[in-house]
Amino acid sequence: MYFGWDKVSKKFHLASTWLTAIGANLSAVWILIANAWMQYPVGMEFNPESARNEMVDFAEVVFSPVAMNKLFHTATSAFMLASVVVIGISCWYLLKERNREYAVKSMKVAAVFGLVSALLLAYSGDGSAYNVAKHQPMKLAAMEGLYNGGNGAPLVGFALLDPDKKMGDGEDPYLFSISVPKALSFLATRDFNGFVPGIEDIINGGYTYTDADGVEKVAIPFEQKRAKGLMAIEALKEYNRAANTGNDSLKMQAAAALEENFSYFGYGYLESAEDSVPPVALTFYAFRVMVILGGYFILFFIVILYMLKKGCFAAAGKRIKWFLYLAVASVPLVYICSQSGWIVAEVGRQPWTIQDLLPVQAAVSGVSASNVYTTVVIFFVLFTVLLVAELKIMFNQIKKGFENIK
Amino acid sequence: METLYFLQHYWWAVVSLLGALLVFLLFVQGGQTLLFGTATDEEDRKALISAFGHKWEITFTTLVTFGGAAFASFPLFYSTSFGGAYWLWILILLLFVLQAVSYEFRNKVSNLLGRKTYDMFLYLNGLFGTILLGVAVGTLFSGGAYALDRMNITDTAAATVSYWTNDTMGLEAITDPFNLLLGIVLFWLARILGLLYVINQYSGCAERSDLIYRCKVQLKVYPVAFVLAFVLFLAVLFLKTGYEVDPSTGYISAVKYKYFLNMTELVWPLVLLLAGVAAVLAGLAGAMFGKPSGWLSRNSFYVTGAGAVLAVWPILICAAFNNTAYFPSTASLQDSLTLYNSSSSEFTLKVMAYVSLAVPFVLAYIIMVWRKMGRSVPSKGVKA
Repeated sequence: MYFGWDKVSKKFHLASTWLTAIGANLSAVWILIANAWMQYPVGMEFNPESARNEMVDFAEVVFSPVAMNKLFHTATSAFMLASVVVIGISCWYLLKERNREYAVKSMKVAAVFGLVSALLLAYSGDGSAYNVAKHQPMKLAAMEGLYNGGNGAPLVGFALLDPDKKMGDGEDPYLFSISVPKALSFLATRDFNGFVPGIEDIINGGYTYTDADGVEKVAIPFEQKRAKGLMAIEALKEYNRAANTGNDSLKMQAAAALEENFSYFGYGYLESAEDSVPPVALTFYAFRVMVILGGYFILFFIVILYMLKKGCFAAAGKRIKWFLYLAVASVPLVYICSQSGWIVAEVGRQPWTIQDLLPVQAAVSGVSASNVYTTVVIFFVLFTVLLVAELKIMFNQIKKGFENIK
Repeated sequence: METLYFLQHYWWAVVSLLGALLVFLLFVQGGQTLLFGTATDEEDRKALISAFGHKWEITFTTLVTFGGAAFASFPLFYSTSFGGAYWLWILILLLFVLQAVSYEFRNKVSNLLGRKTYDMFLYLNGLFGTILLGVAVGTLFSGGAYALDRMNITDTAAATVSYWTNDTMGLEAITDPFNLLLGIVLFWLARILGLLYVINQYSGCAERSDLIYRCKVQLKVYPVAFVLAFVLFLAVLFLKTGYEVDPSTGYISAVKYKYFLNMTELVWPLVLLLAGVAAVLAGLAGAMFGKPSGWLSRNSFYVTGAGAVLAVWPILICAAFNNTAYFPSTASLQDSLTLYNSSSSEFTLKVMAYVSLAVPFVLAYIIMVWRKMGRSVPSKGVKA
């Protein structure tokens, strides 16, 4: 887009820009639907003949509530990120007292777009947490550092986790915390007094919850989930033996046992309750980084719009220099915000490659650790070099600014 | 005819066609190997980058589509080959990463590594990218050292369904003479198509007359080497033992001259192969011996390219059609992959088939854009 600025007509350039934007967002759609399916597997049935999940409803996969929310949330996070980058670069131009007119114009567009995106992010983030509460309660518990849940659970705004906290020791997981009473229950259940299970509640079971079909159930403990998982795995073995010997009645029995216990299939691979708990500290802090920075950016865009209205950027104002520096510093912050969200999503779902059905240890290829390590080193070195090259190119172009544009 | 049977063959045919189109589009890679040796100064290199820089993304996306379609329609091939012939695919991946960034960064100020380094990356992608892709495709006929058992998923300690049975993890495929032969054939074809493309783009352009001359000199040698190597490849392939699956029992047995029998029993692949070979020979003859103003000489790139597609498509078809195991296991024959035991479900293949109806429109769009891009501007501020 930038490098073709003067090479084609304005209409062609604008059309190309829109097509690129639409195409880039469309490609994100399918990746996010695939990721959402791993977090909330729907639209499929397990086929014991082929020992795999097979899609039976394409629409259910594409339009799953987790997929729709994830798509909305991730796309708007990219929009907000782009807005912050535009504002950061514009403020850098203002600091250098050049391209003032372009910088202010860019900020006007970016601030509006960014604020709308940030507010939509907050809305979709709430939806995301609600989905997580329904379909991945252990992830929510890790996000909150919640070991023992309850009714009217508070939302922890900020806290320091006790690094010595162990499951079942009865100790407070926080060294220090600032919470909003009942807010977590409301976010998770839309009821200020709703029950939010903690890590130990999920492991011990016994609490009442509403499943995806709206049916009230009593949560079963980890050991029972593991037993059901092992039964499902054993039933698959039995099915295979029965199929090989042509024993149809045994096949039917095995198929029924498999279907009854299939929703806990993945638990059969786990050895202990601790295996079902994701890294709590990383998930907890990443979530807070994301939300706190998200809140900061809402304020950030509001302040910019106010300053634009007051004409603060039009004149060379030394009093607002601190804000210009802050805007530039916000560029790396927005990347940290975005990546923190992905850490919550992907670390928080451990140990599951496919939630409840396939843990990572059962999903890995037969590639040795040394081969994987060598690959990681190669990629790390190569992509670090390429990242430095890209940043140098980008910074050089930013420094050049609009000098080539008439 | 059963729907699943039809869909499995439909998708193998689509994947094979994409593979054939990819072979034609590897002219970009072939052209990249002209950056050193054929190009003698920066103006020559700019001209080459300008010519191939317009098209590299078409090759790249076709490669991704070929791989993606193969893996989505035959997921057990995906998991077996990628998780097993690991280093072969990682090397291909790294080479193509280098290509993408090189086109983007080459001409930019402050690109850290300098123009020559990125040109070298393009050269490496052109040379080794094509050879390794040829090696990877060669494994469809020569096989891989894997074993698989779906019931491994019930082993809670070691649930991997398919696994490689040696430690070289695909690197041994590079030393297989058959695979290497196919890799070299593919590289020489890509190089020839690259030379033809440069001539197509710049003939009649005075500033590039030296470059054209050097390309034409190479066209006296490469086509001869390529034709001999291709004939050798076909001879080895047709004499090769293939592996046939009994569709009712799944039992796999060795069959001598299986790929030749596939050609002759199905007939239409043989017709396509002969037509393709004829077109390639005609295109090469036009380039080597034809009058510069003659139609064949002026369009030798397209005639040779079309011939390449027509010839490669049936070769890939015969890797799997007619009840052939398309990825034989050299470690455990009965675990070999066939269309029947490695495909996605009927539902998935059907959904994909509906989506594939959009492909002709995508192809038409690509052709339209290709024609609109027209010929490269030979000089006067060429910016790659």
